[in-house]
Amino acid sequence: MGGRNSSGLVAYVNARLLDPASGLDGKGAVLTNGESIADFGPGLFHGGVPSGMEVVDCHGLCLAPGLVDMRVQLREPGEEHKETLKSAGEAAVAGGVTSMVCLPNTNPVIDEVATVEFVARRARKIGLAKVYPYAAATKRVEGKELAEMGMLAEAGALGFTDGVKAIRNAQVMRRALTYAATFGLLIVQHPEEPSLAEGGMMNEGELATRMGLSGIPVAAEAIMLERDMRLVEITGGRYHAAHVATAEGVEIIRKAKAKGLSVTCDTAPPYFALNELAVKDYRTFAKLSPPLRSETDRLAVVAGLKDGTIDSVASDHSPQDQDSKRVPFAAAEFGGVGLETLLAVTLELHHNGHLGLLDALRLVTCRPAGILGLEAGRLKVGAAADLVLFDPDRGWKVNAKAFRSKSKNSPFDDRPVQGMVMRTIVDGRTVFKHDA
Amino acid sequence: MLCLARPAVRPYSSLTMTDARFPHRHLLGIQGLGPSEITSLLDLAEGYVEQNRSNDKRKNLLRGRTIVNLFFENSTRTRTSFELAGKRLGADVINMQSAGSSVQKGETLIDTAMTLNAMHLDVLVVRHPDSGAVKLLSEKVNCAVINGGDGSHEHPTQALLDALTIRRRKGKLSGLNVAICGDVRHSRVARSNIYLLNAMGASVRLIGPRTLLPSGLDRMGVEVFHDMKKGLADVDVIMMLRIQNERMSGNFIPSIREYFHFFGLDREKLGLAKPDAVIMHPGPMNRGVEIDSDVADDVERSLIRSQVEMGVAVRMACLDMLTRGLIQSEGES
Repeated sequence: MGGRNSSGLVAYVNARLLDPASGLDGKGAVLTNGESIADFGPGLFHGGVPSGMEVVDCHGLCLAPGLVDMRVQLREPGEEHKETLKSAGEAAVAGGVTSMVCLPNTNPVIDEVATVEFVARRARKIGLAKVYPYAAATKRVEGKELAEMGMLAEAGALGFTDGVKAIRNAQVMRRALTYAATFGLLIVQHPEEPSLAEGGMMNEGELATRMGLSGIPVAAEAIMLERDMRLVEITGGRYHAAHVATAEGVEIIRKAKAKGLSVTCDTAPPYFALNELAVKDYRTFAKLSPPLRSETDRLAVVAGLKDGTIDSVASDHSPQDQDSKRVPFAAAEFGGVGLETLLAVTLELHHNGHLGLLDALRLVTCRPAGILGLEAGRLKVGAAADLVLFDPDRGWKVNAKAFRSKSKNSPFDDRPVQGMVMRTIVDGRTVFKHDA
Repeated sequence: MLCLARPAVRPYSSLTMTDARFPHRHLLGIQGLGPSEITSLLDLAEGYVEQNRSNDKRKNLLRGRTIVNLFFENSTRTRTSFELAGKRLGADVINMQSAGSSVQKGETLIDTAMTLNAMHLDVLVVRHPDSGAVKLLSEKVNCAVINGGDGSHEHPTQALLDALTIRRRKGKLSGLNVAICGDVRHSRVARSNIYLLNAMGASVRLIGPRTLLPSGLDRMGVEVFHDMKKGLADVDVIMMLRIQNERMSGNFIPSIREYFHFFGLDREKLGLAKPDAVIMHPGPMNRGVEIDSDVADDVERSLIRSQVEMGVAVRMACLDMLTRGLIQSEGES
């Protein structure tokens, strides 16, 4: 559905321009030339649009930089029955995501230059959302030997992580941070002490006890973060904690930042929009890693987003097929899909009065891009024309069956939400358009 | 499969209410049952106790009905008890064990449900090692389901038979002090008993080492003790739980010897309870681990054999009550 235009110029007029990076929020227009932004601003086309360019009337809706989703699992290569780069690409652009960063826990693991290049090349060919990989911090994500971080970074890896597994060995983590610091590279941790989480399926506490399920204590996150903060302190490495979900975790990051450590973190929509009650009645679609926590924890995550302790929001998109979820709770896989609900659920922070619209948008655009050193997530003349046009107020009901993603395991199924993606533009091409 | 052409699950709302005294399609747990529903089941079971003691043990109430005992976990006494209950009511009872069955060959629980639907069962009794698995199955089959124990979650017929045993001995449930001792963490029997005894107005105490008492118990309407001497004081009923070695994924207790020393029930610890306190155990017992043979075999104090007898009666009552619902809904359709 790419826009036809002979001159290569497209004018997006009558828009509410939002650029969280610069704080721009006002009526205006964007002009794209081929793949990049040629001009934008409140005053653009005041005298009318010159002839010879395609004109897109935005009808006063919000036009913003495309979303940057810094944590997704795309399952290709290896588990194409759950998701492929193509299906994930379609899901991403339907969700307004124009850049996403995938975890290396595929099969084979992304721990070789060739695999990094495979993913990047495949995604480029598909031409939907841009895909950047994290590479494994340790070979085969086994947590033992360091991966070739320098060469992997040269090949395009944006950071290093063992994906859904914590780097558990303190010495290995220390060396990973130290070595990565040589090149100024980022280490991303799944902050959960594995021996405390082993066998656990949900938040430890009364509900787990009533349901007869073994729990994962809050301390599993706190212990790993505390340890890692010490290691960051002695190594001077750059550290990013993924999906912080507990009050204690937020507090540990807050203190580390106050100390001046080079630490950032994100959370995912389930951790500020849901709490452990979502797993009641053994709802495996709400079985996530880390687990959904108490209401107190949820409120602390919201507070962390408000005061900037939590830098960004990532979908933590984890596709699982029916066979992995329509089973008893203990046997079910962890994770939920999130690409297609990322914007709407993040906008709840705005609609509920916690954050301004620009502040909410910042969490999914320029902030993650900044952490990753990615040229994306902001309106900039000469930069790639990756844009999203959305109606921040339009309500809809999440219907997982209608997802573009191959997997339908959303913890938000049936949830009424507000904020609809109307059009997504990647490199100047319209790659998604809402039907009505 | 043929049955797939029809709706796999009959919507709950389309049922005319089941028996007014027990308006539930399934028996999945005690949580959610009210005192009058529990009392109705116990009263119905009383009648079956008498019938089971007479020479003519068989009724034809469930003639033509098919009951399947689907056990994904080894069990002798619960399965036998359900089998006997079904047969004494005149139903056809079939036992399916997971060992060697299609389930072990990788068939999913939902496939199993679809297969069972095609066989037109009336009642399915399920035991499964995973908490919540019986509920999952109940959502997919079009017959009544009785939870025969799911993971560490619930074992409702055990709690009902315990209640009947206590009520017959003590004449009541309300106002009694009941101590549940041992591995509460892994025990579905403990959870079902907590719900039932609380609903019926008894006071529940839990006694055990901290590793075997999961967090949040204090918010479940019970008193928690870590010392048998304090916990057993003034108690009317002592329920000992089995130390389930097969479920102890780690080292929750250092040794059997140490466990018995502090938490095993022997004559001395029994002396701390009320003089007429009774002893119960869901079985099978580990003699010398959680209970001393001396007290387990004390005919004055031990109700362990009575529990087994009440088990058959209670399960007959449950089958009776749930199939009344089936009759009504069939009359409707």
